[in-house]
Amino acid sequence: MSALAAIRLGRQGYLLSAPALALYVSLLVIPLMLTLLLSFNVFDYGSGIKGDAYTIEHYDSLLGDPYFYEIFLRTLWISALTTLLCVLIGVPEAYILSRMGAPWRSIFLILILTPLLISVVVRAFGWSLLLGADGLVNQTLQAFGGSPMKLLYTPFAVVIALVHVMLPFMIIPVWTSLQKLDPAAEQAALSLGAGHFTVIRQVVLPQIMPGILSGTLIVFGLAASSFAIPGLLGGRRLKMVATLIYDQYLSELNWPMGAAIAVALLLINLLIMLSWNRMIEGRYKKSLG
Amino acid sequence: MSRNGSFALLFHTLVVLFMLAPLMVVCLVAFTPQNTLSLPTTEFSLRWFRAVFERADFVDAFYNSLILAFSAASLATLIAVPAALAITRFEFPGRDFFNGLFLSPIIIPHLVLGVALLRLFALIGVNGSFAWLIFAHVLVITPYVLRLVLASAIGLDRSAEHAAQSLGAGRFTLFRQITLPMILPGVAGGWLLAFINSFDEVTLSIFVTSPATQTLPVRMYVYATESIDPMMAAVSALVIALTALTMILLDRVYGLDRVLVGKQ
Repeated sequence: MSALAAIRLGRQGYLLSAPALALYVSLLVIPLMLTLLLSFNVFDYGSGIKGDAYTIEHYDSLLGDPYFYEIFLRTLWISALTTLLCVLIGVPEAYILSRMGAPWRSIFLILILTPLLISVVVRAFGWSLLLGADGLVNQTLQAFGGSPMKLLYTPFAVVIALVHVMLPFMIIPVWTSLQKLDPAAEQAALSLGAGHFTVIRQVVLPQIMPGILSGTLIVFGLAASSFAIPGLLGGRRLKMVATLIYDQYLSELNWPMGAAIAVALLLINLLIMLSWNRMIEGRYKKSLG
Repeated sequence: MSRNGSFALLFHTLVVLFMLAPLMVVCLVAFTPQNTLSLPTTEFSLRWFRAVFERADFVDAFYNSLILAFSAASLATLIAVPAALAITRFEFPGRDFFNGLFLSPIIIPHLVLGVALLRLFALIGVNGSFAWLIFAHVLVITPYVLRLVLASAIGLDRSAEHAAQSLGAGRFTLFRQITLPMILPGVAGGWLLAFINSFDEVTLSIFVTSPATQTLPVRMYVYATESIDPMMAAVSALVIALTALTMILLDRVYGLDRVLVGKQ
């Protein structure tokens, strides 16, 4: 191909991606930069945002204020616990699904994954029906002679609902890596006298590790920035980072502070994703040659 | 043929129940004749469904969401199809960067996008505008269309295109008669997936909607933070029904398992 043809073909490529590029520059790149700028703007409760005065005060209080510190810490442990539970439930479930017979396998796969497509507000509402003071869980407890417990508006409710929302994101990558598994390897290990658990631990698990790790990453990232679940099931007092940002913007009206927290959330998210990605790539490129 | 032990099947049953329980409970409570959130046991009633249709705010929010999801999914498709063709057909400097950029809204929290767009809209004075709300949704759903169209355009057999080209077909005829029919499952599946995602979106929308442009999920979110009654269950049941309908369509045109877990 001559250089001229390459340029001509290239020009067509740019032409075809131009609408998408225009959209992404104007509604993604520019707004994110404006938000970064906003997070350095001086804010005064009396007069509002001062567009021409800059300060690092918001980042300062983000690092120093125990109120923010507590919310970031809570977000961290709730997301970590959610991720752990998703691994403990999602990995065995994906494995069980992959060992099912022909019609059931796809039926159950779809049944388990489709809640993903139903509005998160609906799913959160479903959990508030189940966990409420006179919800189904408490009714069952009472029927068996137990006393009702406060479940709604506790970290427990938030974690349960987050696991429900995130589980498909764990099952999908694990399922995908299970599909690439050669069943002959499992059979070979079994015929050589390995027990069932040895086979899972030594043959299956190492091969689906990339799937588990990418699932972990997605679940943690989504859980850490989740908004509707803590908003509806955590109540007013149990704040997470996302609900904190919402408050800063829409009740405190302190946009620069909210912007600073949003920038911090985005940076932490991207940092975890990128470093994790690099780690996985490095490890598996090495082991796979 | 099942190779799972009884313990594995018990575990599986519990997981399926866990995934479906909140949805089933919502659908059951929606039919309660009572004023409280109770499971109907002997009597079923449609009174809460009627109550939904008498609430102008919910009906308006529903129409807003429908128009929004329809226009945003269509615009996203118009943008994603040429972009996908550019990425799969042409070598040009920056192609990988474009690909990464176009898929990036998937990994950026919607909340961050929401506050960023709120700032932009406030600065250019279009806050609460329905047209700009559509553009905001186009941004977050374009990656979904792009992914499906990319998947169907990558493995495409180009010989039919070359044949048409050598027979003198123009560029537009080529696209309309040869390329489009071949990537159509990806385009239609992408549109439907984008429609569902736009219809469900709440986190970004809550920042950039005004009372007049409020979408159904935002209306529901605000309502649920203020009060909880069986009407909310009825709205939720309607949303579940509509989503299920779209999913059946999606399954027909593209295959639900392919959308959810990739190519089999």
